[in-house]
Amino acid sequence: MTILSALFDKFAQSKKNQVILFIAYVVLTGLGLFLLPDSTIAFLLLLFSILILYYLKFNLRVKWVTGIVILAIIVPFIASHSDSYQTYMEVGTLVGIYCAMALGLNIVVGFAGLLDLGFIAFFAVGAYSYAIFASGQAAKFMPFGHYPLPGGTFWIFIIIGALVASLFGILLGIPVLRVRGDYLAIVTLGFGEIIRILLNNMDHPLNITNGSMGIASIKPPNFFGITIGNSSQFYYIALGIFLVVIYVVRKLEDSKLGRSWKAVRDNEIAAQAMGIPLVKTKLAAFAIGASFSGMMGVVFAAKQMFVDATSFTYLESTMVLVMVILGGMGSVPGVILGAAVVIILRTQVLTNISDWLSQMSTDYGIEIPAALSPEKMQLLIFGLLLIIFALYRTQGLIPHKNRKVDVELLKKESAAAALDREKVTSGGADS
Amino acid sequence: MNILEVKNLTKQFGGLTATSDITMNIEKNSITAVIGPNGAGKTTFFNMITAVYKPTSGDILLNGKSLVGLKPHQVSQFGITRTFQNIRLFNDMTVLENVLVGMHQNLKSHWVGTLLQLPHIRKIEETARVEAYDILKYVGLEDYVNENAGNLAYGAQRRLEIGRAMAAKPKILLLDEPAAGMNPKETEKLTNLIYDLRSKLDVTIILIEHDMKLVMKISDFIYVLDHGELIASGKPDEIRTNNRVIEAYLGKGAVAND
Repeated sequence: MTILSALFDKFAQSKKNQVILFIAYVVLTGLGLFLLPDSTIAFLLLLFSILILYYLKFNLRVKWVTGIVILAIIVPFIASHSDSYQTYMEVGTLVGIYCAMALGLNIVVGFAGLLDLGFIAFFAVGAYSYAIFASGQAAKFMPFGHYPLPGGTFWIFIIIGALVASLFGILLGIPVLRVRGDYLAIVTLGFGEIIRILLNNMDHPLNITNGSMGIASIKPPNFFGITIGNSSQFYYIALGIFLVVIYVVRKLEDSKLGRSWKAVRDNEIAAQAMGIPLVKTKLAAFAIGASFSGMMGVVFAAKQMFVDATSFTYLESTMVLVMVILGGMGSVPGVILGAAVVIILRTQVLTNISDWLSQMSTDYGIEIPAALSPEKMQLLIFGLLLIIFALYRTQGLIPHKNRKVDVELLKKESAAAALDREKVTSGGADS
Repeated sequence: MNILEVKNLTKQFGGLTATSDITMNIEKNSITAVIGPNGAGKTTFFNMITAVYKPTSGDILLNGKSLVGLKPHQVSQFGITRTFQNIRLFNDMTVLENVLVGMHQNLKSHWVGTLLQLPHIRKIEETARVEAYDILKYVGLEDYVNENAGNLAYGAQRRLEIGRAMAAKPKILLLDEPAAGMNPKETEKLTNLIYDLRSKLDVTIILIEHDMKLVMKISDFIYVLDHGELIASGKPDEIRTNNRVIEAYLGKGAVAND
């Protein structure tokens, strides 16, 4: 067995063999998804290829192109031949939405070190900002304009959702950033609840959110005359925003602002002593993190065509936080994996186990109380997961790694710069 | 010419007076030492200059402009940078990133520019990295560029703090016990580094230090604090023989028995 695995290791070391193995994997899982009816496992394994891709030793650009081809072409194409096409795409869309949100929270918690337990509030703000204006709701309190707005405005609302959410991020930040650590966590938790309760009660004296009835018949987006109504179409919107978010986060991480965040996280006093304004830096983290959430809120509202406050409970905030902690705080690939794992566990694995158990109980006459079905025990399961990670793998699934610079290149450039300086000084001496 | 003037600076924590009525004049481009027994108020004094604490009364003037009431990051932007007695590095960032954070206030790049990949912003970041590497070479840490700062050895962490402070290109550099915990060889290296810093950066240095050999060797002027009060000031030779200073360090009677 060890000889076999050693042989395999040797085989897998070469780049050419990696390509062959990877393609074989994608083809195999793809065939599985194509041929087997209702094969959730094949679908998940196909998605898993993205993670394998991450660990392969390819050129970064090749990896990106391959990943996008798999997600944007291969997965939807193969899944479209299955009976549960929309279900698969629904899962894909949800993973996209929550990945972007988790990446947003990762800026606040992972980069800037500010524990936020009410993050779902920004998602709610984004969702409601589209829901109110793309349904008849706005007509109930707006003195001018014709509502609902047409579905074409959805694209503008993605930007508006981001702006409104970041505005709320700043509004929350100004009073909240006076406190630190545990106190900050408690205050943000309170904020999350306040937003939810407000949304639930803002039907009087002026009916803005329609209260606990929620807002129904939200207009679906319209793309050059095509109405976007089902999950296979929303999948592409979520994927698009998700890719933009990854790009932004990766670039921010290595920017001046990203370094300020990490400096504030590691040592506030030293960061200030280096000229970093604390409040401004933290507010930027809140605002940018919230904006991702706001954008996806708009997508969520358009996809569900109905929103009410029950979608934005404290449990949802915790879920996003679990994604970040499970994946690895501060680690972009980790957080993406964390979000995917949590969503797939919630929507696929747990429900499938529950179905299977209830099938068993009817087949064999074993009584399993409904309260014990895994679907109902989400909180317990995620709680246990968190404890296990806190004990055995505190850095998460894919621990954060600082980006390394090419020292040889630096050395060369430094020498070149020194030579330039010398030329300038000696040139000056000549004249 | 005086670059920094401290006038009747007093700080009280509740009923406790940490520093009382301190007046100092720091000459430009000099190396000034602030010494005194533990608890004399030296670090409190540094914390007031860098606006970590607000003085109860008195004034601090940098080139004639008052620094009292500013925020810590504003004082830093005015050109006063410090190191810390208990090392405060950004432990989970790389050594190079630590120095880059030090350069922040002089760095003209902006995150929007980074997102759009504007060529001139990329150029700025690239030059900054080279400059940071040069600083690391100067403090002898060029082999640890990609290492996390928290993983460095103690002496290396102290040098990185100095490197980070250098990167801010300060007018005044405050060093809080830079030689604490160093062995004699490391201290000697540090002494030369501080000496060299002054001429290289054209900077005024104020340091708190317990290592008398180092203090006597490099300072142009010394202020002695005891129980929050200024008990003596003068050139190293004057301080060495000052009775009140000997008393503060060794107790009453030490002078008579000598």
